[in-house]
Amino acid sequence: MRLDLLRSERLPNIWCPGCGNGIVLRALLEAIDQLQLDPDNVVLVSGIGCSSRAPAYTAFDNVHSLHGRAIPVATGIKLANPDLTVIVVTGDGDSSAIGGNHLIHAARRDVDITVVVFNNYNYGMTGGQASPLTPTSSITTTTPNGMLDRPFDLVKLAAGAGATYVARSGIYFAKHLVDHLKKAIAHDGFSLVDAVAQCPTYFGRFNRKGSAGQMVTSQKDWMVLKSVAEKKTPEELAGKVIIGEFVNIERHAPVSAAAPKEQA
Amino acid sequence: MPEKKTFRITHNRKWCKDCGICVAVCPKKVYEIDRSDRHAIVNPQNCIGCRMCVEHCPDFALTVEEAKNE
Repeated sequence: MRLDLLRSERLPNIWCPGCGNGIVLRALLEAIDQLQLDPDNVVLVSGIGCSSRAPAYTAFDNVHSLHGRAIPVATGIKLANPDLTVIVVTGDGDSSAIGGNHLIHAARRDVDITVVVFNNYNYGMTGGQASPLTPTSSITTTTPNGMLDRPFDLVKLAAGAGATYVARSGIYFAKHLVDHLKKAIAHDGFSLVDAVAQCPTYFGRFNRKGSAGQMVTSQKDWMVLKSVAEKKTPEELAGKVIIGEFVNIERHAPVSAAAPKEQA
Repeated sequence: MPEKKTFRITHNRKWCKDCGICVAVCPKKVYEIDRSDRHAIVNPQNCIGCRMCVEHCPDFALTVEEAKNE
């Protein structure tokens, strides 16, 4: 990664020691660097949350928008100037709870933007509250006796809503993450990457996941590659998170091509 | 026999938050969190240049370059 893609004068970042957001940001910058995109033609849009601080540390133009409303802002930027590469940097709560409607409708419209979800399984900035992606029976500030509800599967949600590229990866698998971010950014159409990170300060501490280092290295125990998971039984996959590429299809045909204007 | 490659590790003290992720991911035990809870490079000669620490440093504090000894 080129260090000149960072705003060095803004560092060190505000994230807690051991936060996974920095690792996802590094992977994102690495992907942009490897794709050799012109930094002047890349726009990062973020909502509110720990993850949404990330664009401020990059040298690209960026918009720090309202909570959950990053995708509408990104849609507007893409419509105004389709030559730009627009990337939405968002958190799990930002994208699935407050911005959940925007996410599914951007996927339905197949807007050519890339959404990178920094998924740390809770709302870190406000003190570790439960988000829609918090796993069942996890302890958070708002679920002190364990989360009762089932979490969203963000990959299935985006795929069901019509996204044309959906992938999931974890920060321990840094090269896997960079590869899928590269494919998502290069993809023509709505693409979503669920990047599973760790929050050692809240989620890790409440659920006794150990130190930041243990949370990073334990990902190889509870994550399974999609190619490996296909050969396993559902019992063996209980409690595991599958990573890999889930949807990669051609963009839906534009409406104007399906319904041509009547000849005058 | 090819000469063993050596690597130069640079550590940005100002950006490092001593989180210990590099200690956990390094396969050769190059780093350590010392008794005063500070990041320390203890075995730089063992570095094999896999760059696991660079990829996993959340604070962009580490770089690993191949040392050219000519």
